[in-house]
Amino acid sequence: MEKYTKHESVAALMNRNNVDTDQIIPKQFLKKVERSGFGVHLFHDWRYNADGVTDNPEFELNKPAFKGAKVLVVGDNFGCGSSREHAPWAIADYGFNTIISTSYADIFYNNCFKNGILAIVVEPAQLDALMEEINANEGVSFSVDLESQTVNTPAGNGFSFEIDPFRKDNMLNGLDDIGLTLKHVDKISVFEEEHKQRLPWLWA
Amino acid sequence: MTEELALESIMKKTMYEKIWESHFVHQEPGQAPLLYVDRHLMHEVTSPQAFEGLRMSNRKVRNPHSILATMDHCVPTKNRDLPIADPIAKKQIETMAENCEENGLNLYDMESPDNGVIHVVVPEHGFVHPGMVVVCGDSHTATHGAFGALAFGIGTSEVEHVMATQTLPQQKSKTMLVQVDGKLSKHCTAKDIALAIVGVTGTAGGTGYVMEYAGEAIDALSMEGRMTVCNMAIEAGARAGMVAPDQKTFEFLEGKEFAPKGEQWEQALTYWKSLASDDGAEYDTIITLNASEISPQVTWGTSPEQVIGVNGAVPAPESFDDKGKRLACEGALKYMDLAAETKMTDIEIDYVFIGSCTNGRIEDFRDAAEMAKGTTVAKGVTAIAVPGSFHVKIQAEKEGIDKIFKDAGWEWREPGCSMCLAMNGDELKDGQRCASTSNRNFEGRQGKGGRTHLVSPAMAAAAASAGHFVDISKLG
Repeated sequence: MEKYTKHESVAALMNRNNVDTDQIIPKQFLKKVERSGFGVHLFHDWRYNADGVTDNPEFELNKPAFKGAKVLVVGDNFGCGSSREHAPWAIADYGFNTIISTSYADIFYNNCFKNGILAIVVEPAQLDALMEEINANEGVSFSVDLESQTVNTPAGNGFSFEIDPFRKDNMLNGLDDIGLTLKHVDKISVFEEEHKQRLPWLWA
Repeated sequence: MTEELALESIMKKTMYEKIWESHFVHQEPGQAPLLYVDRHLMHEVTSPQAFEGLRMSNRKVRNPHSILATMDHCVPTKNRDLPIADPIAKKQIETMAENCEENGLNLYDMESPDNGVIHVVVPEHGFVHPGMVVVCGDSHTATHGAFGALAFGIGTSEVEHVMATQTLPQQKSKTMLVQVDGKLSKHCTAKDIALAIVGVTGTAGGTGYVMEYAGEAIDALSMEGRMTVCNMAIEAGARAGMVAPDQKTFEFLEGKEFAPKGEQWEQALTYWKSLASDDGAEYDTIITLNASEISPQVTWGTSPEQVIGVNGAVPAPESFDDKGKRLACEGALKYMDLAAETKMTDIEIDYVFIGSCTNGRIEDFRDAAEMAKGTTVAKGVTAIAVPGSFHVKIQAEKEGIDKIFKDAGWEWREPGCSMCLAMNGDELKDGQRCASTSNRNFEGRQGKGGRTHLVSPAMAAAAASAGHFVDISKLG
């Protein structure tokens, strides 16, 4: 996983609540057996015209001012629905590495951190202020610093955010979760033996 | 309170806490606790990249016996003898078979008589027991909470993690008791309870929680019904939903292929009976519903929380005080092409789908067949019945249920996820409106531009012959 430290980038705005993973990556693109190449399908049904190829100019992320954005500012309960990790794969492959919202669905939130996407939670009033700033100045850049857990904006809507220290450390160092867990493989084996004694029918 | 009494109240535990504690492996300071996983369920869509990850890092599957795999999302529900037409879907199916072969995993492939939707086939074989921790790269894994297991959906990176380590780093969830008192009215089902709960909590109300369903109405449900209720926990935002195991649970499991046998059965029973939440155990949140007040439910919008009784009407955006809900209602009415105040029973449909991991079990087809018997599918309506597994299909055929459907003009298909998520080619055309027994009515879920109304199997069957929704609670 790529290390996440400090970024400054255009912040794109999607003022929608309850965006589900079926919208983030529609099911017709879930048949691939690879992890890469999903970015072109991100928000497919909203993003493209009926031909499925040309850009729908009405869709917010197609605004020229949002091109190259790495920060996505979005409404409540982002990523609800299906567990498909294809959703964060598509988001990361499109180029986003940071999401700012008031809330996320649980599985999606976990999936983000496993794919180098920093999912930041803000208070509703803070989100409103960020949305206003982007609306007033489309193409504005936000800077995000994971080490100091801060976001800064030109209009002074900066804030600090909370993050689980374990997730933070993994992101800063680009660490692989599985490798970390396997450091405790002895403890897993001991637990497993006890579990077998306690519930032998699980292994019958 | 004496010290002893205080200690006693602290010791009272919920079922979730009991299962959590019995699966806690280790916690490194500053890191998430590691939780042991007993059962790992798999399907073709969310696993290939996990196997690829294992291969790339030279890791092995730690406990192949803990895994049960099927093929369900991409499989065709007709002409199963022909090769899969979609080359990308075909590749995904072949990859699943190769991965299972390479790692020595138990797979119910497309030709297997045990094949079907993962959350339907797993209980058929008694693979999940009370007290287990169960995961699957699928958000409807909560289905297995019906057995008093802690079952939840995970992402593909986590699938890889569980294969390699048999554990998952997990923060402890909060607990929510969903108390459903009273008795269901005639023709009201587990699906109506599930939808009514989402109507109360909203799709984010359960985020961060594990839900435990209890009360007279839950006790009265069959195991199939409890699976339907738990299945939709995720639609309320909760990763897991569970029901305490009881006599029905034990009777369902006894004699199944992977259920404990002989002396171990007795041993297991003793353990399972200790799992229910202690009297007086504390939950972080409690919500209460009365089943007698739940009418047959229909969704009117593009989120499962946008749901109402069939005797009601499509709400107007102005009726919502909350700005977000008002906007969501406006958007949904536009997408669904519905005017506010339209009576639900005046909404005409083009398509009916009965099936999915929510409502693809034998009891669902019995309920629907009771409604479909002696009727004819309305002109212009396509109705398909898709059993959740070959076992469900064969049982239904033994009972003559297939004949009832076919005589009424329905298509009787082979098992699969089918139109629940429309990955396999079974899908709505732009603008078509469907009465569906599945779990999600998101925009485009059943086909781009398709409009989904979530209902119970009985409601779906009644709509098929009427051509519009029917208040079945008024039927005899």
